[in-house]
Amino acid sequence: MTVKIMRPMGAVGIVASAALVLAACGSDPGSSSSSTPTSGAAAAATGTANVVCGGKTPLSGEGSTAQKTAVDVFAQQYAKACPGQVVNYNATGSGAGVKQFNAKQVDFGGSDSPLSGADVTAAQARCSGNPAWDLPMVVGPIAIGYKLAGVTSLTLNGETAAKIFNGQIKTWNDPAIAALNPGVNLPSKPIQVLSRSDDSGTTDNFQHYLAAAGKGAWTQGTGKGFKGGVGNGASGSNGVASAIRAADGAIGYMESSYIKDGITAAKIDSGSGAVELTPQNVAKALDAAVFAHPGSNDLAMDLDKIYAANTPGAYPLLLTTYELVCSKGYDADTTKAVKAFLTVSATTAQQPIANQGFVPLPQSLQDKVLTAINAIS
Amino acid sequence: VTQNRTKVRPGDRIFKNLTTGAGIFVVALIGVIGIFLVVQAIPALRADHVNFLTTRTWDTSDPNNLRFGILDLLLVTVSTSLVALVIAMPISLGIALFLTQYAPRRLSRGFAYIIDLLAAVPSIIFGLWGILVLAPRLAPVSEWINDKLGVIPIFGQGNVYPNFSGTIFTAGVVLAVMLLPIITSLSREVFERTPTTHIEGALALGATRWEVIRTTVLPFGKAGYIGASMLGLGRALGETIALAVILFIPRGKLFDFSIFDGGATFASQIAANYSEFNNPTSAGAYIAAGLVLFVLTFAVNFAARAIIGDKKGD
Repeated sequence: MTVKIMRPMGAVGIVASAALVLAACGSDPGSSSSSTPTSGAAAAATGTANVVCGGKTPLSGEGSTAQKTAVDVFAQQYAKACPGQVVNYNATGSGAGVKQFNAKQVDFGGSDSPLSGADVTAAQARCSGNPAWDLPMVVGPIAIGYKLAGVTSLTLNGETAAKIFNGQIKTWNDPAIAALNPGVNLPSKPIQVLSRSDDSGTTDNFQHYLAAAGKGAWTQGTGKGFKGGVGNGASGSNGVASAIRAADGAIGYMESSYIKDGITAAKIDSGSGAVELTPQNVAKALDAAVFAHPGSNDLAMDLDKIYAANTPGAYPLLLTTYELVCSKGYDADTTKAVKAFLTVSATTAQQPIANQGFVPLPQSLQDKVLTAINAIS
Repeated sequence: VTQNRTKVRPGDRIFKNLTTGAGIFVVALIGVIGIFLVVQAIPALRADHVNFLTTRTWDTSDPNNLRFGILDLLLVTVSTSLVALVIAMPISLGIALFLTQYAPRRLSRGFAYIIDLLAAVPSIIFGLWGILVLAPRLAPVSEWINDKLGVIPIFGQGNVYPNFSGTIFTAGVVLAVMLLPIITSLSREVFERTPTTHIEGALALGATRWEVIRTTVLPFGKAGYIGASMLGLGRALGETIALAVILFIPRGKLFDFSIFDGGATFASQIAANYSEFNNPTSAGAYIAAGLVLFVLTFAVNFAARAIIGDKKGD
């Protein structure tokens, strides 16, 4: 009896695995070709650097969950560029990533924010006395998504966004919103604000943006928990997005990949005109990036400067996640593998992550990242 | 006298010790969990600047200025569980009576399997189903109830208004589905044990099927059914991830005794914020909340066992 059941199952299994193999073969050219139009701007990085394969395998990393999907793509691309080389990334959260990196448990860490305070010294000790660097590898825009019947285009600025998210602006036809949207027929509906009920780096970056760009309208502070004190919290970006979809007149913040099925991303006017959320416009904001340690290979960015800037055509609301690596102090094997992995990640792997809602590193930033990677020894 | 002279064989002794050990182990485990909760909670409770039991807000973001209280968590926890019970109890009773009294034997067995299968669905699945599939469909129902019966406070305008998806009502409905298998299977077993002589006696007196149930099955099984419901309540109080996914958190507003409010339960509050547990004092605040839940669940289960136990003593 069991044999009779098993036999067709085996056949199904073979068919299924064959289909998988076919799908895997087929998806490759498809993904790269579909990513080209999204990133068409001159700013997008394309360079294929010389990768010197080899060294330690598997390479281990741990940390930020926000960059998990991106690092998975990096690992796939790395395996393709350097057959046989494996990277294991454990997405346990930025705090855990820093801790494990400093404890020498993993070869590189992943974090939503650069090393700070006591972690800097701990990292230096971990790297045999050499400084650890924060390399921005994954950039993702944060969208202010809304659903409002009859309004297909909406422009906000830092100040109105701050006032919406702390409850000072309560209805859609508030004069402050109307002033930014001439010609748009705004209804008198109440604004339903949605935020994350769980702790999140997205919330933290969003509140930093409101504080930096809000011209003093955001006094609630920052942190991983939402402090606006208005509206409702829903669990995860998916929860926020589905709540917005269900309610006309709702607004919330989320990763840009959730902008679909009825949710529209608001444009941001930082003082030089309304700017749409596109990869090119985010790249433009990154071109104006200010680094915390200018001239160093530690590429920790001062995002507050990007948030507060009014660069024309730049979409400022973004978050970056970093890979934490030693500038020196790895053994030769690890150095080789880390450099190869990071080189692939910063170059050929940047286009494929665009499909996951991230923004490829612009040329200006990619150059700096590659310089830093080459300087690892 | 003969018993005293019975030789105690080694196998007996070993087996007795093993079972005693298992019994002691589980009691010790509960004790150790209790001690862990108390020990971890005390520093946070000491650092709390407001009354832990009567404060309705929860603020642990600044470890040097902890202001947290459990009253709102308690109210939301209890109200979601009560909504779930109100829905699940009559349905479970119906299912259990159908399976034991009306359904043909073969159908009854297969049906019972299906009900039990509900208990095997992971709660995150129930949660995602609840918020993504059920909530949008339930929203018009909620709005209608709110519109027609809004004058009664428990159906009044909720603090997540005008949003009707992530409410205590939605959470209660999902929770009710999760309770069905627990209440049904326990009640079914009790109803099945109704003495045949009672049933036959009633039939002999000319009772109809419904009268048989009313005069013999229900009085016999009442305590078991109530006990089963309270075990279900214990389960509902502790449900975590499904509620964390479903319930909206109203910002800056408190629970207002409407089933269309949002909020956080003990367990969902802990689940939503556990990533913040890098500071031991803030973590202690959540553990203190966990301790209250532990005591609450313990009391409910204790009451349930007492009710079931009383009946068995008859």
